[in-house]
Order: sequence, then structure tokens, then C-alpha cells
Amino acid sequence: MTAPSIAEASRTPGTPAGSAGSRYLRHPWVGFSLRRLGGLLLSFAVLVIVTFLIVPLIPGDPAVIAAGEGANPAQIAAVRAELGLDLPLLTQFLNYASGVLRLDMGASFISGESVSALIFTRFPFTAEIALLAIVLVLAIAVPLGMTVAILTRGGRNRWLDAGFNFVTSLIYSVPQYVVATLLVVVFAVTLRWFPAAGAATLNSLVLPTAALMLGPACVISRIVRRETAAVLEKDYIRTAHGWRLSVLRTNARYVLPNLVTTTLTLSGLILAAQLGGAVVIETVFAWPGLGQGIVNAILQRDYPVIRGIILVLGLLATLIIILVDLILAIIDPRNLGGTTHDV
Amino acid sequence: MTSRFTVREFWTSAMVTGAVLMIALILIAVIAPLTLKQAAEQLSPNAAQGPSAAHWLGTDDFGRDLLARALVATRLTLLMTAGAAAITVLAGVVIGLAIWLSGRCIREAALRVLETAVAYPSLIFALVIAAVLEPGVSSAVIAIGIAGIPGFARITANLASSVSSSEYVITARLLGVSPVRIAIRHMLPNMAEPLLILSATVFALSLVEISALSFIGLGVQSPNYDFGRLLNDSLGALYTQPVEAVGPSIMIALTGLSVMLIGDALAAHADHRAKRRFFPRVLQRNRTVPVPAGDAALVRVENLRISIPGRQELVKGVSFAIHPGEVVALVGESGSGKSLTAMAIAGLPSEDLAVEADVLRVADMNMLAEPNQSRLAKEISIVYQDPGTTFNPSLRMGSQLTEVLRTHLGMGGAKARKVITEALAAVNITEPAKRLRQHPYELSGGMRQRAMIAASIVTSPTLIVADEPTTALDVTVQAEVLRQFRRIHREQGTAMLFISHDLGVVEALCDTILVMKSGEIVERLTSGQLAARNVHHHYTKALLAAIPVLDLGRMPATAGADTR
Repeated sequence: MTAPSIAEASRTPGTPAGSAGSRYLRHPWVGFSLRRLGGLLLSFAVLVIVTFLIVPLIPGDPAVIAAGEGANPAQIAAVRAELGLDLPLLTQFLNYASGVLRLDMGASFISGESVSALIFTRFPFTAEIALLAIVLVLAIAVPLGMTVAILTRGGRNRWLDAGFNFVTSLIYSVPQYVVATLLVVVFAVTLRWFPAAGAATLNSLVLPTAALMLGPACVISRIVRRETAAVLEKDYIRTAHGWRLSVLRTNARYVLPNLVTTTLTLSGLILAAQLGGAVVIETVFAWPGLGQGIVNAILQRDYPVIRGIILVLGLLATLIIILVDLILAIIDPRNLGGTTHDV
Repeated sequence: MTSRFTVREFWTSAMVTGAVLMIALILIAVIAPLTLKQAAEQLSPNAAQGPSAAHWLGTDDFGRDLLARALVATRLTLLMTAGAAAITVLAGVVIGLAIWLSGRCIREAALRVLETAVAYPSLIFALVIAAVLEPGVSSAVIAIGIAGIPGFARITANLASSVSSSEYVITARLLGVSPVRIAIRHMLPNMAEPLLILSATVFALSLVEISALSFIGLGVQSPNYDFGRLLNDSLGALYTQPVEAVGPSIMIALTGLSVMLIGDALAAHADHRAKRRFFPRVLQRNRTVPVPAGDAALVRVENLRISIPGRQELVKGVSFAIHPGEVVALVGESGSGKSLTAMAIAGLPSEDLAVEADVLRVADMNMLAEPNQSRLAKEISIVYQDPGTTFNPSLRMGSQLTEVLRTHLGMGGAKARKVITEALAAVNITEPAKRLRQHPYELSGGMRQRAMIAASIVTSPTLIVADEPTTALDVTVQAEVLRQFRRIHREQGTAMLFISHDLGVVEALCDTILVMKSGEIVERLTSGQLAARNVHHHYTKALLAAIPVLDLGRMPATAGADTR
């Protein structure tokens, strides 16, 4: 018996081991859920520790810095007491961690508003443009990448190949905030089609979303194109040709499903990175989301707000990663086994 | 590796453009601060002017020349970017190698941590660091540099593990060379090329992110300025002076484009795959051809030539016929053109090849035109070489095996499943109903190949083309697969074109044996002639001599005659 065939045999379900209960526990989805839940808890713990450390790590006396320039000793002492900086580090941490669990992350130094409330007001704005951008990116990039790959397979349509490469790399090499600035100059200042800033009307959504999605749409369509080209070389595509399936059927059933794993994995990472993009884009468009919130907070050294928003952005990134894993596992049960990030 | 390529291939137009841009930017970075500092930083009464001959991009609110500012900012931007990229690359390589060198437990744990860290947006990392440090040039460099480390460390560790399985590393290890020495002397040089390409990517990303940090006001602070800071300054004046955004925008875009072109060109250069060329095929118009009276052959091939257009002829004028119910073998070494011939007959030639022939027909279908697809699917079935790769890994077996029945014979799903279940049982596949619900990876190679055979006979084809159907299988499984082909031929009398490089495999199955070498048929044998070893061509003799070698241990003298 060769090693692969043993591995195959052990993978084939057929020998029910133990009672119904233990078989239930062995179900791949149980292990998958437990691993992902563990990962989520671990990430959460790390995020709480990291955000806590922001304040103790500030070089110098955090209270002096937090109180701002020209603060008198009494004000500094007040800040010190408010931040609990006079307590031992471990006590500080426990206070902070228990606060996080009670959704109580203190109040902003500047406005006095509760940090949780501030996050709850700002979050929907970020979610709005981020989700819209994700949907648009996938809706554009996947069909575009597949079409270009199919049209340029085996060296056809060289001009399309070159044009696609040139345009996508040009757009992608221009950073999002430059794209955003240019969009404002053209569509808000010159043409006056859309507002340049704020979130007052539905029209305000257009420019921030466009700025957020253009770059990722280019990267992901390039990924989809490359993956499609690789899939088109596979033996099973020849099998589908041998069965004389129509172009549509071949692409829908033999190409598309085999693109999904890599595309989604890479896209998940790129889309999580869009949380960073949102921070910058929101600054350009004065979009009242989490990104604008954290930039203001860092400039004003508003530590409770900084901690709160970093925690939320980190959790969002974790959730996106878990969501991608979940979708992958539903599409292809082989992904239940382990991690899918080794692409 | 580089020696394989000519200088011309390295300097592609992308590479030249990228390199010229980068040299220009470096020159600007060196010269501009020496000559333009005055114009860029001296306050003057000419505030907020539009573009003019004196100030091509106008002036800012303090009367400083905007073009000069954009050019002078190149030095700080490039220096900061280089600094951040250096931190990322150096720390990433050291950490990545350290992870590879450490014990299994630490390695696994570290890789998990890196994997999670990589998934976080690096700009958020940078924000955390920026929140801790005082905003400024050095903290921006440190923040962006550190934020990129996890990604680069992970790539280095992955590269190291793939390089470490190569023979010279294993040899060095067996010779007792210390791991650190192996890493530095043997592995790093072999990882240099991909790491260099990735460094270009890191440089591009650092540029974008440092400028982003300055742009949102958390990087370079006044009176210093880089591209990001200049763009940030322009935001406030966008309505009154939109041209202020042009300088820094163009400079960021040009720098990014230059690095990206260089990186892409390096990557393309390292990608050894040759570019394929497409040649539009000249197809004949008539889909069916009249079968001449008196030609009883099912398949007629006259003077078939297959070539890479303009370069090389791979099949040089092959002619033969397959009669209804006849089993013909095409035998030869790899590269002899036997598979190309078979695939041309099946109407599935590779797209970058030119196929020409005086006659190439199956029944009355002209295989040089595009015959009716449904008829093709029903009448010609194909069994491929490697059952491990011929099935779509994403679809269940049942869904794939019933494709032809559903799309070309118009059967409903239930009916098609019933037909294929019976066919699977006929080729000795256990629990056929369950197999239909499984994915290909859940079946063994032999089972998948028998499933392919089952799917190939359910349409009652007139011709089965089997392209080395046993080559990828174990010897015991081979025998079972061959038994199935023999049974099909016995029970249904289907004509077959059987491709193999092994005379022993075809001997018991085929009526006619065609021996191919270098694109030509060098000998035609009947099964009787082959059994009697009545062969003339030295190549056929060599192929025959190759058979008993496998069994040499057991039957040294009479092996040839005993092989069935």
C-alpha cells in the first residue's frame, strides 16, 4: 500500500467509529467552528492587549501628553486619575479589559462623549461605503477577469492582453487617496456632479465608494484573470471539451467554481485591507465614519477613542477573515480541514 | 538562471520605462533640493497664484512655487520609503529565516501568528504605532516599516521551506552543515530572486502608505514636506486652487508606476514559462464528408500533419483506418506524436497547433471542420491518461458523469443518474449510488478511471479514444482497467483507438498495432504478427525488448514469450 492510498482510505467516510455522539463531535463542521471560534477569541484577546498597551507605551508620561501642552499639574493629575494611570499596570489592564467586555470604553477626552456611543454613531457610515465597495468590486472584477482570460487564452487578442494589463496596473499604481483627490477635482469641483464632502445625501456616497473600489477592482480582476488562465489549462477543462459542453456551461461549471477558493482568499485579504483604505478615504471626503474618527483622535491624542476604534477595526478585519473561511467551507468542504491562506 | 536569457529579453519596454522613470526620480531627488530649495521654501508675496510662466503649477498660500515643492519633496519621500522598505525587508528576512530554523512547535505557532497578523490592514498597524509615537518623519518610517514585517517574514518562511526541500539543502544537512550556515550559504542565494521581486512590491507599498500617513496628517509634519504632506496641503484649497493637487498626485503616481513596472518586469523575467502564440485555425466549411463507396472504414486518416505553425512539424503525414469494431493501438515513446494524432481524430487538438490532412473523418463527420457537437459527444468517447486530474474537483462525480446524458441526450437528472449507476456497477465500482454523491478526491485513481470508462460507454459510442488510460495507475489497477476495455469490446463491439507507450499493454487488447516514432508510422502489425514477434523495424524491436525488463527478476530467459 502506498502512502497516498492510505490517506485516501482514511479520508473516505465509511467506518463509523464509536457512538453517535462521538461521531457528531467528529463532524468536520464542529471542528471547523471550534477552530474559528478559538481564533476569534484569541484575536480579540490580542486586540484588547494591544490597544491597552498603546497608552503605557507612549514615551514619557502619558498623563502629561494626554493632558496636552500647557496643562498645569492639577490638570495632569486629573488626567492621570481619569486614565487610572496611578494604578498598577495589571489593575489598569483588568479595569480596561472588564470595561471592554461591558462595552464601556470610557469617554472621549475632547467631547466627553462615551466611546461606545461614538463608535455606534460612526460605524454605520464606514460599513456603508465599505460594503458597497466590496459588492461593486466583486461584481465588476470577477466577470471582467474571467472574460479577459477567456478572450486572451493561448495567446489570442494580444492587444486586449496588453490593454488590460496597462489600464489595471496604471489605476492600481495610483494610490486611493490620489484617486480620491482627482475624483473630487474632476467630479465635485469642476463638473459639480457630486458633493465633495460630507454624508448628507445619497449622492455623497458616489465619490467615496468609487475611490475605495477602483484600485481593488483592478487588483482582483487581475487575480481572477490569472487564476482563470491557470484553470483553463487544467485537464478537466479538456474533459469538458471532450464532452462537447457549451462555452457557457464549461465556464459556469468547470471554470468558475475552481476560481472561487483562490479568488475569495486573496480578495478577503484585499477587502480587509480596505478598512485601512477607508481611513484615508474618509479623510478626503470628510465622511463621518470610524476612519475619520481615529485620525481626529490620534491628532488630538484622545486615547480612549483611539483604543476603541482600533479594537473595532481589528475585530472587523477578523470577522471578514472568518466570513471568507466560512464561505469557502460551504462552497468546498475540503476547506473545512485547515487554513486556506497558503495561496 | 539569468544566463538563459538574452539581454534583450530582460530589457523589455516595461523594464526600460520603469528604469528610466526611476533614474529620473533619483536625479530629481538629488538635484532638486540643491537648486530649487529657495523657490520651494522662501515665502513670497505672490500667494495663491494660478499656473504661469514663472510658476508652472502656481504658488501656494505663502507664495511658494508648487512645482518646486513637489520636486524637492522627492528626496524626503524616496528616503523615507527606502528606509521603511529596508526595515520591512531586513527584519522580515531575519524573522522568516529564524522561524524556519526553529523547532517544529515554535515554527507552527509563529506561522499561525504571522498568518493572522498578515490579514490585518497594515495601515491600521501603522496607526497604532503612530498613535504611540510623536508624529514625524522617523515615526512614520518606523510605523510603516514595522507594519510590513509580518507579511515579508511569512513569505520568507514559506520560500525557505520550499527551498529547504531541494536536494542540495538536504545533502548539506546530511553532511552536518549547521542550520544557520545552510540558511545563509545555501538558501538565501536561492531565495534572492523572488525576494528581490517582492522587495520592489514592498517599496511600492511603503511609498503608498507613508504618503497616506502624511496625507491624513499623521506622518511628516510642517515645515517638512513629502508628497503626502503636499497633497494634504492641497485639500484645503481644492475649490479655489485645484491645480495644487496636481504636482504631488503626479509625483506619487509616477513613482508608484515606476516601481510597479520594474517589479512586474522582474517577475515576468523570472517566470520561465514561454509565451504562447495563438494561430487562428483555418477550418474547412463542410461539416460532413461523403464516405466513398467501398470505404467501410469508421475512421479514415489520410496524410495527417500536425505542426507548431512556422516552427516544427510534429506529425508528418500519418495515414491509417479504423474499421467498425476494430481495436487499433498507437504505440510509441512520448513525443512520437501518438497522442496528438489521437486528439486530432477526437476533434480536440491543442489550440496552438495547426492540423492539416487530406482526409480526417469519423463516420461521415469531417474532423477538420466543426462537426455537430451533440453528435460528437455521443459518437466519440474519450478516456484520458491521468484520472487524478481529469475530473473537476469542485463538482460531485454524479454531476460530471451525467453531463453528456443530460446535455446531449436530453435525459432528466433522475434518469441520467439511474443509467450511470448501472454503468458504474458494470465496471465493478462498489456502492455506485454513493459514489455519485462524492467528490473526485474521495475516490481512488483506479475507481475514477473506471468511472470515466463507465461514462464513456453510456452513450453507446461508435469510437472510444483511450489516451494512455493505464499509464498513471498501479500495475494491479492497470489490469482491472484493461479488463474493462476488453469486456466493453467483447459485449458492445465498440471500435477503439488505444494509445500506449507499452507494447505489453496493447498486445492482448488490440487487433492492429501502429508503431509511431518522431511523427511517423514506422511499422504496422496485426496482433498475430506481434504475438509471433514477427517485427522488422528496429524501433519496434527496441520497444519489445523494453517489456520484459520489468519482470527480469522473476523470469529472465523466456519473459518475452510469456507476457500477456
